[in-house]
Amino acid sequence: MTINFSEAYRNPEIAQHLAHRIKAASTRPIRLMEVCGTHTMAIFRHGIRSLLPETISLLSGPGCPVCVTAQADIDAFVELARRDDVAIATFGDLMRVPGSGSSLQKESAAGADVRVVYSPMDAVTLARETPQKKVVFLGVGFETTAPTIGAAVMMAQQFELDNFFVYSAHKTVPQALAALMANPDVRIDGFILPGHVSVIIGTEAYRPFFDAHKLPSVVTGFEPVDILQGILRLVEMLAQGTPALENGYGRAVSSEGNVQAQQVMAQVFEPCDAPWRGLGVIPGSGLAFRGEFAAVDAVVHFDLQLTETPEPKGCACGDILSGTCVPPQCALFRKVCTPMNPVGPCMVSSEGTCAAYYRYST
Amino acid sequence: MDTILLDHGAGGKVAHELTTRLLLPKFDNPLLAQLHDGAIFEQEGGRLAFSTDTFTVDPIFFPGGDIGDLAVNGTVNDVAMCGAVPRYLSMGLILEEGFPIKDLERILNSMRAAMDRARVLLVTGDTKVVPKGAADKIFINTSGIGFIPEGVDIGSGEAQPGDKVILSGTMADHGVTVLTQREGLRFVSNARSDTAPLNHMVSGILAVTRAVHVLRDPTRGGVGTTLNEIAGQSSVGIRLDEASLPVKKEVAGICELLGFDPLYLANEGKLLCLVPGERADAVLQSIQKDQFGKDACIIGDVVADHPGRVVMQTTIGGERIVDMLAGEQLPRIC
Repeated sequence: MTINFSEAYRNPEIAQHLAHRIKAASTRPIRLMEVCGTHTMAIFRHGIRSLLPETISLLSGPGCPVCVTAQADIDAFVELARRDDVAIATFGDLMRVPGSGSSLQKESAAGADVRVVYSPMDAVTLARETPQKKVVFLGVGFETTAPTIGAAVMMAQQFELDNFFVYSAHKTVPQALAALMANPDVRIDGFILPGHVSVIIGTEAYRPFFDAHKLPSVVTGFEPVDILQGILRLVEMLAQGTPALENGYGRAVSSEGNVQAQQVMAQVFEPCDAPWRGLGVIPGSGLAFRGEFAAVDAVVHFDLQLTETPEPKGCACGDILSGTCVPPQCALFRKVCTPMNPVGPCMVSSEGTCAAYYRYST
Repeated sequence: MDTILLDHGAGGKVAHELTTRLLLPKFDNPLLAQLHDGAIFEQEGGRLAFSTDTFTVDPIFFPGGDIGDLAVNGTVNDVAMCGAVPRYLSMGLILEEGFPIKDLERILNSMRAAMDRARVLLVTGDTKVVPKGAADKIFINTSGIGFIPEGVDIGSGEAQPGDKVILSGTMADHGVTVLTQREGLRFVSNARSDTAPLNHMVSGILAVTRAVHVLRDPTRGGVGTTLNEIAGQSSVGIRLDEASLPVKKEVAGICELLGFDPLYLANEGKLLCLVPGERADAVLQSIQKDQFGKDACIIGDVVADHPGRVVMQTTIGGERIVDMLAGEQLPRIC
């Protein structure tokens, strides 16, 4: 039997039924965090908040890879773009992110060679086709994208390319969750855990985090029925006092995850400390190239010196990413900071909390 | 001759040859044959609508059409959205040195066929050639003139609470098609551009009722942006029903994969028509009779609440705001 997933998981009767059950089960105010930026967008796009009772607050977490890329990394991207011998290959989302002075979009308009690609393999092809240029792929993303970038690096090695580089600004989610809970201001009662990251790392990757804090956590898919089901389980676990780590996305996520993808990641990368915008340096939360792949590391090859720059004045991206405030509480939201004139990455990225709020709410 | 040379734009003998050998035979009519600086014709009384647009689409050939089709249909439709009957077009060509003449011929043939379909005449034109690299293959400007029948008064600022919002067919067909033809995003799919002339559809609507409040073709920025413009200019609210938005399956699938919203992708053969509620069914039936309006449907209402805002009821019964498109949509990372 084949199920048409987009129809079944968008069925209005099922959605309404889940919404009723959530209202019935929700007796006290609770705060749930949607970790992943794609969840933030899906929640807004389907109007899910309008179906929830006032007792439930949904907070957006640090699961937007572009949003949590440190200002220093963005400034390094701009510096690389300005080099005549470099062609930057990047996901489109990074184009408009503002650094301390410029952005890739501005550099492109000023004549820099910046190309939007849809897959890291395109960057390898670009390197083969333009041997006179040093192609630098900007590796931004979580465990969802890191394996394909690892595979691209290995492919480049097979082709014996000496003009393909990657700037690794990759981050890993479980370490970010742990750092979130270390912040005394954060008050979260339950977690809507990422869907696609979990496809790679598996539900058991969250076991240490769950054991440490015993907060209800559900790995959730992205269709509206998935999200409502995830929220219902969290509300029920809280009402019954039975916190658990559950897999609500069984059709795509297993307990051990995608082992082959994990192996590719482990072969190419090793954990390192990484700066997250708004959260500071989180130990072991980044991915750096292993020794044998050092030749591909853009930071090493171009001898980039990263200097930490202060966040723009008034920008509350850091607090928004930690879930300690919502965009309307930022003094710059809508007044100064808009999608056409973004101050911080939360407004620029299509998965950014502020962009989602700006597009979808009053 | 099989490529365009700089000489073809110089105005001398070689340029004259291009005009008489290639261009004239394709569009021959008494007005064009005047070969003056501009075309002169008797005015039929009433008001004129006049529009211009320049076409720089890349790629120039795509499933469902080419830059020539867009250049004719685009201007025909802009004139038709004023409630006018489009009659005459001008054409300005900017050609890059080295552009293959057989490609030019293919585009000119498309334009002639599109003009015949729309029943408009090319009456004046111009050709320029620029050095290699100074233009991307071919740019086309078309301007169009039409005559507005008595008693027809259509703009963007006339929507009223109680109006129904009619969309003449499926969304985002053109936007998705062009996207899937670009470098790095080659998809094997059935997506085709919907480029088409809408002037006959508009004449049909006006034959049913003159009380059409708004006519717009949702090109760049899509249905979402155009409805926001209407809501703003008319100071009304618009409520949409997501379940009734017409989208082809393959278009919806590609949008899901890339993280695009069909509400914001371009349409080149569709119109939005806002009419008083009591005339909506009759207008809808008239649109559905047109060859390009078979999938027409009512997608929403105009209300007095939340003026300037477009609000949508989602397929699962929730509610969200449909905002204006800020900049270019970018595909998702993960």
